[in-house]
Amino acid sequence: MAQDKSVLLDIKDLRIDGYTGEEWVPIIKGVDLRLHRGEVMGLIGESGAGKSTIGAAAMGYARDGTRIVEGSSIEFDGMELTTATEGERRALRGSRIAYVAQSAAASFNPAHKIIDQHTEAPLHYRIQSRVAAQEDAMDLYQRLRLPDPDQIGFRYPHQVSGGQLQRAMTAMAMACRPDLIIFDEPTTALDVTTQIEVLAAIRDIVDQFNTAAIYITHDLAVVAQMADTIKVLLKGEEVEQASTEDMLENPQEDYTKSLWAVRSFKRTQKRRPTGEPPVISVQNVDAAYTGGIKVLDDVSFDIHRGMTVAVVGESGSGKSTTARVITGLLPPTSGQVLFRGEPLPPSYLNRSKDQLRQTQMIYQMADTALNPKVRISEIIGRPAQFYSGLSGTALKHRVDELLDLIELEPSQYYDRYPPELSGGQKQRIGIARALAAEPTFIICDEVTSALDQLVAEGILKLLDRLQSELDLAYMFITHDLATVRSIADEVVVMQNGKVVEQGPKDEMFKPPHHPYTDLLLSSVPEMDPNWLTDLLEERGVDNIGEAADV
Amino acid sequence: MGDIVNLVLKRLGFGLITLLVISVIIFFMVELLPGDIAQAVLGQGATEENVAALREQMGLNNPAFVRYFEWLGGAVVGDFGTSIVSGERVSTIITERFINTLFLAAYAAVIAVPFAITLGVVVALLRNTLFDRVANVLTLTSISSPEFFLGYILILFFAVKWQMFPAISSLSDGMSFAELLDRTFLPALTLVLVVTAHMMRMTRAAIINLLASPYIEMARLKGAPPWKVIVKHALPNAWAPIINVIALNLAYLITGVVLVEVVFVYPGIGQALVDAVSKRDFPIVQACCLIFAATFILLNLAADVGAILTNPRLRHPK
Amino acid sequence: MSQFVILYFAALIVASCLAAYYKKQGPFMTLFSLTLISFVLGIVGGAGTLRLVATFAAVLAFAAGVSYAFREFLVVIAPTKLGKELKTAPLTASFGMFVIFTYGIAAIFAPWIAPHGESEVIASAFAPADENMLLGADQLGRDMFSRIIYGARNSVGLALSATIAAFAIGAIAGLLAATKGGWFDQFMGRFADVIMSIPSLIFALLMLSIFGPHVYVIIIAVAIIYAPRVFRLTRAVAGNVVVMDYIEAAKLRGEGTGYLIRREILPNSTAPLIAEFGLEFCFVFLLVAGLSFLGLGIQPPTADWGSMVRENATLISFGDYTPLIPAGAIALLTVAVNFVVDWMLFRSSGLKEQ
Repeated sequence: MAQDKSVLLDIKDLRIDGYTGEEWVPIIKGVDLRLHRGEVMGLIGESGAGKSTIGAAAMGYARDGTRIVEGSSIEFDGMELTTATEGERRALRGSRIAYVAQSAAASFNPAHKIIDQHTEAPLHYRIQSRVAAQEDAMDLYQRLRLPDPDQIGFRYPHQVSGGQLQRAMTAMAMACRPDLIIFDEPTTALDVTTQIEVLAAIRDIVDQFNTAAIYITHDLAVVAQMADTIKVLLKGEEVEQASTEDMLENPQEDYTKSLWAVRSFKRTQKRRPTGEPPVISVQNVDAAYTGGIKVLDDVSFDIHRGMTVAVVGESGSGKSTTARVITGLLPPTSGQVLFRGEPLPPSYLNRSKDQLRQTQMIYQMADTALNPKVRISEIIGRPAQFYSGLSGTALKHRVDELLDLIELEPSQYYDRYPPELSGGQKQRIGIARALAAEPTFIICDEVTSALDQLVAEGILKLLDRLQSELDLAYMFITHDLATVRSIADEVVVMQNGKVVEQGPKDEMFKPPHHPYTDLLLSSVPEMDPNWLTDLLEERGVDNIGEAADV
Repeated sequence: MGDIVNLVLKRLGFGLITLLVISVIIFFMVELLPGDIAQAVLGQGATEENVAALREQMGLNNPAFVRYFEWLGGAVVGDFGTSIVSGERVSTIITERFINTLFLAAYAAVIAVPFAITLGVVVALLRNTLFDRVANVLTLTSISSPEFFLGYILILFFAVKWQMFPAISSLSDGMSFAELLDRTFLPALTLVLVVTAHMMRMTRAAIINLLASPYIEMARLKGAPPWKVIVKHALPNAWAPIINVIALNLAYLITGVVLVEVVFVYPGIGQALVDAVSKRDFPIVQACCLIFAATFILLNLAADVGAILTNPRLRHPK
Repeated sequence: MSQFVILYFAALIVASCLAAYYKKQGPFMTLFSLTLISFVLGIVGGAGTLRLVATFAAVLAFAAGVSYAFREFLVVIAPTKLGKELKTAPLTASFGMFVIFTYGIAAIFAPWIAPHGESEVIASAFAPADENMLLGADQLGRDMFSRIIYGARNSVGLALSATIAAFAIGAIAGLLAATKGGWFDQFMGRFADVIMSIPSLIFALLMLSIFGPHVYVIIIAVAIIYAPRVFRLTRAVAGNVVVMDYIEAAKLRGEGTGYLIRREILPNSTAPLIAEFGLEFCFVFLLVAGLSFLGLGIQPPTADWGSMVRENATLISFGDYTPLIPAGAIALLTVAVNFVVDWMLFRSSGLKEQ
């Protein structure tokens, strides 16, 4: 079949306003986008770039609280969507343009069977009979390598795993064989090992049916696998657009280059100090939540003065639970935690003020880690006041000192409230609060994963500088191996509540690995357009479907 | 399915325990009376002999917990003792009135429930339109008005000015059903007004709450028209909150009925309770309270069981 | 066609056209709907009905005007941050605030506003209104208007103190339960469930029958009945705050319960708690009014709206609306509070549904 390469979607000067609760402010400021039949375009940018909003607009859809400004033009296959009636626009959705959402678990209706949701559009548009549509669904499930394709559709969404649901949603988008599918961060909520199979399945099916796609993501390595062309967005404006190869090899704009250069930060690996007990020693810890479900099984590792130990694993591996055991929020069922050789009381309620002071935490979500109704000066000042009894000018002096330390101008931030700050600034305040206690050990729980890459880089550098200046020990909980590469001295790999492997970083990244470490390492997308293809060949295509279903 | 049976049984057990605790509260609260019941009934001027005689007659010389079990045992089979004031059996006074009250509540519910749920869905569909705003103001006004205010307005217009319905709902034996409906129309309408407003607001809130879910946006992006989004995608998930709304309002009907019965001089159990309270006829007060509380608990129980049964996650366990 | 009908429709149509010309969609829809409704009702019911519709519309327009002016007044006198929020208040909310303000004035300055004493007999029973008595006399010949004014003090005062009692108990218990958790939380939750499964009016009647209709009994009864409701809400609101990481950080720092509640939880719960206070006040007010109406509230001769409805109820059968005035006073205040609460809830829920 000769492939038609005519223009499918032509967006010109797209402007979209968002409602802040008081006024309308522009969030998309004049973006052009042209997509040909069968082409896959990657939309990439940091949070607030407006990628999702553009994706929805491509369907002629404005989310609640947004509106498409007059003068914008969205032409789909010769039809102007901005002037079309709501009925005409609706008739395209699900039939000619389909949508795959970020969270499949939330986007499937819990009250209906998967296959009934799948056949809804074909039946609504009277494309197929119910039986034909169901058979087609099973065929698509098969193509997407879902296990038990004849039966899986007759389950309810909550009975199916996240990775499978995401593939079922891709199948659903395919139901009417649309000309265009919008993928809105379809793998962001998934673990890396699950991500692979979904990526492979999506790429295959889009290829098979020659469907055009807009692939929205913040992950460069992912977009490199999926897209023919890449468009980079920043704050509602286009930065540049080029074919995937050109974009990766030869980015033109400074902003793009800075995105590509991320994780260039790498520090020298430290060795354990000799002749002193570790700052924190986790010894044979078992832990269970109420209900008796065991979540930690014989976990042991040491963290030494001035060193960073990265604890890596996917969701459910028990890495955050380990942190809760160390802080005393979840007393272990057996085993103990030593601080400089001395056992810590299992519950934080029984620990002394000084023991509490020595261990501090920095959280993933700075939004929920800082009380929005308390001034910065009090957030940072309280630990200093609480532990060291500072007050008056001494306290103010200490807060200034701490703000200096995290590279924020004291006079500017002293009296402000957290909601007025950006994500990166909030995370810095979180760090300052931990430092205010003058600890020797800090637990960093996914501290960079909610941040944009450039900001995350800054936080990592700051943490590194503080470590060498103040001789701090870090426990770095993360699922991101790039972060591990840049900051860790030692690595602990966890799976299902057990430590599967641990050792110095340089050894961990060199083969031979434990099979799980191997799976984890190889599943992290790389910035090479052929990475996925190569990996699939290496693993053997047929195995992928099962890789994460076990 | 084991999960569901378990949950329902647990809920039933909890309902039973609650009812027991409440019977304890109702019974022993009367024991808190300064002096005792006999003294309270006869007043300060009564002679020592009279009080003692009444005590003997009411069995007050037995310890409290013995009397509690006697009372509870009787209550289970519908025997609540005798009225202090008239000496009649409490059950004879209450039974017919209770049936009347149930009739009135049912009359109101039959009109209000379908009407309010439909309107609630419509208002959710038309949210933030002029119609929605007007409905919001009207329902707020309606739930803010005391039942007797609405009742008297209805009497003023429908009974006095336009003379369409009787102002006083006197019931007599051998009335035709149509006559019965006509005589009780105004009290039923008063209840309908209050309850409909409540239910509409709650139904609207329950549905709008769901409309923010990602699967609703997904349905829209699959090209489903607005009515289908509501009926097919929102409603099946809204049953639990809606059942809750209905039960809550039926329960509200039971209490609201007291005031309405007084306004329309309707021979229901609410009237009996108010009379008994002012005459301090404790056996009747206790009986009425227990009946009201039991109905209330039963309705809440039904709502919770309904919510459990309609939850797809529980109906189709992994 | 009377002159009134012609003028009425002419005015409406001119106004509608003006609104349409200046592209004011809201006013146009309102005005034109009114025109159409008047048209239909006018044909069906004649000039009398039309006059009724016109009066009703005029009252609404007047209320809207007052609300608008009151809101602008508040915006000007309030501090800038609060003023900015007030600007977004719908007219219903500012109407509510105006009514609450008026009731407050009436309650505080009752002795100066009321022309006659609270229980002063000055005329014959049910004497009609004259220049001395704005609303006529009640069943004992006391001035109705003066009693309404005093009623603001008595009825609202009683409901307010009862609400404060219920709120204090419920909110403190809720905050403690959320912070402490564990068996205390469990026990309080179950306890609240049990109390709440007795219908409120019934429970109040039970307590009043035992302890007699005294003011303090009413306050205690209402506190016992409504504290569990406040407890539930506070527990839920605080429960959402307690799971935040900043609470965990404070706990791990070693802070005590008092600090956690005062500095960390309360500042993040005030908005919903204030709204809840308004809502509870409405429930309590209606309950107390119901009790008074049944003759079990504030006892005579103290002026109280609920009792006033009951005392004058017989007038209804003569087509006299007097008993509706105290009942309307109750309804108006409840509506007003509900309007304000509705706006506050809308704001704090941050509904983005456009």
